[in-house]
Amino acid sequence: MTTKAVRPSRSIQASAESPLSLLTRVILILVFDVGAVWFLYNAYTQGFTQLVIVIGLIAVLQNVIFLHPRAYPFRWMAIGLGLLILFTIYPIIFTIYVAFTNYGDGHLLTREQVIPLIEKTTYLPETGQAYSWTAYKSADGQYTLWLTGADGQTYLVKPGVPITPAKPGDPGIGEADSKGIPQTVEGYQRLNTLLAAADKELPNIKFGVEGERTVQVRSPQEAAELAIRYVYDPATDAFTDQSTGVVYTAKEGTYTSQTGDTLKPGYRTEVGLKNFIEFATSPALRGPLVQIMTWNFIFPTISVLSTFSLGLLIAILYNDRDFPLKKIIRSLLLIPYTIPGLITILIWRGMLNPEFGVINRTLENWFGWAPPWTTEAFWAQAAVLLVNLWLGYPYFMLVTSGALQSISADLYEAATVDGASPWQRFTNITLPLLLVAVGPLLIASYVYNFNNFNLIYLFIAGGPPIVGAATQAGYTDILISYVYKLAFESGGRGVQYGYASAISIIVFLIVGAITLLQYRFTNMWEEVGQNV
Amino acid sequence: MSSVAERYQTLSSNIQFQKRFSVAWRLVVAVVLILFSIFPVLWIVSASFDNTNSLATQSLIPAQAGIKNYERLFNLDPDFQFGDMFFWRWVFNSVKVAAITTVLSLSITTMAAYAFSRMRFAGRVTMLKGILLIQVFPNLLALVAIYVIIFQTGEIIPALGLNTHAGLILVYLGGSMGLNIWLMKGFLDTVPRAIDESGMVDGASHWQIFSTLLLPLLRPILVVIGILSFIGTYGDFILARILLNDVKEYTLMVGLQIFTSGQFDKKWGVFAAGALIGALPIMITYLTLQDQIAGGLTAGAVKE
Repeated sequence: MTTKAVRPSRSIQASAESPLSLLTRVILILVFDVGAVWFLYNAYTQGFTQLVIVIGLIAVLQNVIFLHPRAYPFRWMAIGLGLLILFTIYPIIFTIYVAFTNYGDGHLLTREQVIPLIEKTTYLPETGQAYSWTAYKSADGQYTLWLTGADGQTYLVKPGVPITPAKPGDPGIGEADSKGIPQTVEGYQRLNTLLAAADKELPNIKFGVEGERTVQVRSPQEAAELAIRYVYDPATDAFTDQSTGVVYTAKEGTYTSQTGDTLKPGYRTEVGLKNFIEFATSPALRGPLVQIMTWNFIFPTISVLSTFSLGLLIAILYNDRDFPLKKIIRSLLLIPYTIPGLITILIWRGMLNPEFGVINRTLENWFGWAPPWTTEAFWAQAAVLLVNLWLGYPYFMLVTSGALQSISADLYEAATVDGASPWQRFTNITLPLLLVAVGPLLIASYVYNFNNFNLIYLFIAGGPPIVGAATQAGYTDILISYVYKLAFESGGRGVQYGYASAISIIVFLIVGAITLLQYRFTNMWEEVGQNV
Repeated sequence: MSSVAERYQTLSSNIQFQKRFSVAWRLVVAVVLILFSIFPVLWIVSASFDNTNSLATQSLIPAQAGIKNYERLFNLDPDFQFGDMFFWRWVFNSVKVAAITTVLSLSITTMAAYAFSRMRFAGRVTMLKGILLIQVFPNLLALVAIYVIIFQTGEIIPALGLNTHAGLILVYLGGSMGLNIWLMKGFLDTVPRAIDESGMVDGASHWQIFSTLLLPLLRPILVVIGILSFIGTYGDFILARILLNDVKEYTLMVGLQIFTSGQFDKKWGVFAAGALIGALPIMITYLTLQDQIAGGLTAGAVKE
C-alpha cells in the first residue's frame, strides 16, 4: 500500500517536513538563541530593564513558535509578530503606563537617581570651621583661593579640584609675604583685600569638588566649609533641612514640606488617575481643551463632507464612458493625490503666506484685502480645511467612480420611466447605494482626519495661539497635535509625557469607539467569523 | 405626416443640443477644477525656475527665468551656498530606505496573509481583529518608546541604533502587520483552493505551494501594495525626523523640511526645485498605474 492509502480519513494536507528542513530549523533556532542571549546579557548589564523584558518575551515566543508543532501557522508571521510586539504593542503599553505617572520635566529621573542629587545640595553654615582667605584671579576670569585654617594649616583651592594642603614655595606658588600668604600664584593675579571684597562673583564660587568637600567665601574675612543641607532618612523617606530643620516628605514624586515648599528635582512615580482628572477638571486647561475638542470634531466632519462631495461631484460629472478627454481630465484632477503629503503641505504654506504668498498678493491687488490666514482663528481654520479639501478630494474621486460603475443602469432606467427627476434619481438611488459601498471609507477618512497631525502641525503648527492658555495651544490644534506639543515641545509648563499620554489614551478611546461602530456597521467582524 | 417628421426632427436636434450643452458646461467646470488642482503644481514649477528664489517677488511667469535654483540645490552656485545641503544623497537615502522596507514588508505581509487565509488555528480571528484595532492607536506618542528602544539597541548593536537607516527600516517594518494583511488576505481568499489542493496531492509543502503556485497569482496585488508601501515610506517624515540626526543620513522629506525653518520665503525657489524633483517620480508612477491603485484602494470596501 502507498502512504496515501494509510491515512485515507484525513483531508488533503500539505506534505510533512523533511529531516533536512527539521535540522535547518533547529540550527537556526540555536543561532537565534545564542544571539538573543548575548543581546539580553548586554542589555541587562547596561541596565535597560524594560528592553530586556520585551526582547526576552519575544525571544521566548519565537522559540515556542519554531519548536512547537501546533504553532506552525505562526512561523509564517514570526518576524512580523516580533516587530509588531516591539514597535507597536510595547509602545502602547508604555504609553498607558506613562499616563498613570508624572513623567515629564521635573520628574524625569527615578527616585534612586534623585536622592543622591538632592543629597549633593550644600549650604554655608553660619557657624563652624572657618578659614581666612586671599583670592587670586587669572586673566580669563578663573579664581583660586589661599586658605589658612585656625590650626595654621594652609591650602590652595580651585573649583572642581579636590582640596589638598599647600605651602608657599610649592611648585607654581610664590614666596610668602609677611603674613605667610604667597605673593604670587602661577597664572593668577593676587587681588588686594578691597578688590576681593568688592568682587561680585567670588561669593558664589564653590571651591573643591561638589559632593565632596567644598569651601565658599562667607564674608570678607572668612571662608567656610559647606555642609550637606538635606539629610535623607530611608525609614521615613524624607529629607531634613539641616539649616532650618524643615522636614520634606515624599508626595506624588516631589519632596514637599508642610508649608508646600518643594525640593528639586522630583522623581518619576505613579500618580493614579491624576492626569485624567486634571484633563477633566483643571480650569487652566479647560479653556483650550474645550476649544480643541470642539475643533477636533468639526475639522474631520467638514473635511470628510467637503472632500467626499467634491470627489463625488467629479465622479458623476465625468462618469460617462464616452465623455471627451475623460482620461486626461481625471489624471489632471488626480494630481494632488500623487504628491507626497509633506511636500504639498509645505507648498500650500508658502502660497498662503499672508505677507508674501501668491494668493494674498493677488487678492490684495484685486480687492485691497486678503484673509489673515495665520493670525485669525477663523481664517486659519478655513485655510486648513481648504488645503485638506485639495489633498483629499482625489481619493474620493477614485473610490466613488469605482463604486458608481457598480450601480446597475437598470435602476436608473426604471426610475426615469417612472418620471423621477435627476435629483430624485441621485438622492434615491445613487446616494444610498454609494453610501453602502463607500461608507466604511468615509469613516476611515474621518478617523484619519481626526488624527491628521501632519497637516495641522506642518502647515500651521496649530496656530494662531489661544491667548491666555496655560499650555501651548492654538485655534487649529487638534488633540493629537496638542499632545505632541505637550510631549515634545516644552512650552510654559515644560515637557509633560504623563499628561500627554493620558490625552492620547482618551483619543484612542474616542477613535476606537468610532472604529468599532464602523466594523459593526460593515459587518466586518461577522465576516471574519464566517470564514473560519 | 410631415408635421410628425418635423417634430421628430426638432426633438432630436433638441436632444442633440442638450447633449452638446451638457458636455460643454461640464468641460467648463472641468477647466475650473483642473485649475484648482494643478495651480499649486504650476506655481512651484514656476518658482523653481525663478532665479530670485523669493516667495515675495515670484509671479507665474518668472521675471528672471533660469535654472539657478537647481544649481543652488546641487551646490553648484558658488555665490549661494547652503550649509548642509546633500540633495542627491537625501534622494538616495529615501529611495534606499523605501525600497528595502517595501521588499521586506511585502514578504512579511504576504506570508502572514497566506497563513491567515489558508490555515485554521486558535487565535486567528482574534489576531485579525486585533491588527485592525491596533492601527487606531494614535502612534505619535509611541515615538517616545520607539526612540528609547532604538537608542538602547544602538548602545548594544551600533548598526541598528539612532541615526542608522537599518534602525529606521526596522521601525518601519514594525508596521508590516497592518491593514495590508487584510488587503492581501482578501485577495488570497478569492484564489480558489483547488489550486492549493492540486499541489498538495502532488506532495508539495506549504512553502512550495505558496512560492510556486500562489505567489505568481498575487502579482497584481503585490504591485499595488508594494507601490503604496514605497510611497508611504518615501513620504514619511516624523519617524525619520526623530531617529536620524546626522544631516547626511536624512531622508529627502526630512531634508526638505529643513527649508521651512528660518526664512522659508528666502529659500522658496530652491525648495520648489527640490520638492519638484522629489515629487515627480511618485506623480508619474501614480498617474501611469492609477487604475490598478484605485482597484487596490477599493478592494477592501467596494464589493460588486
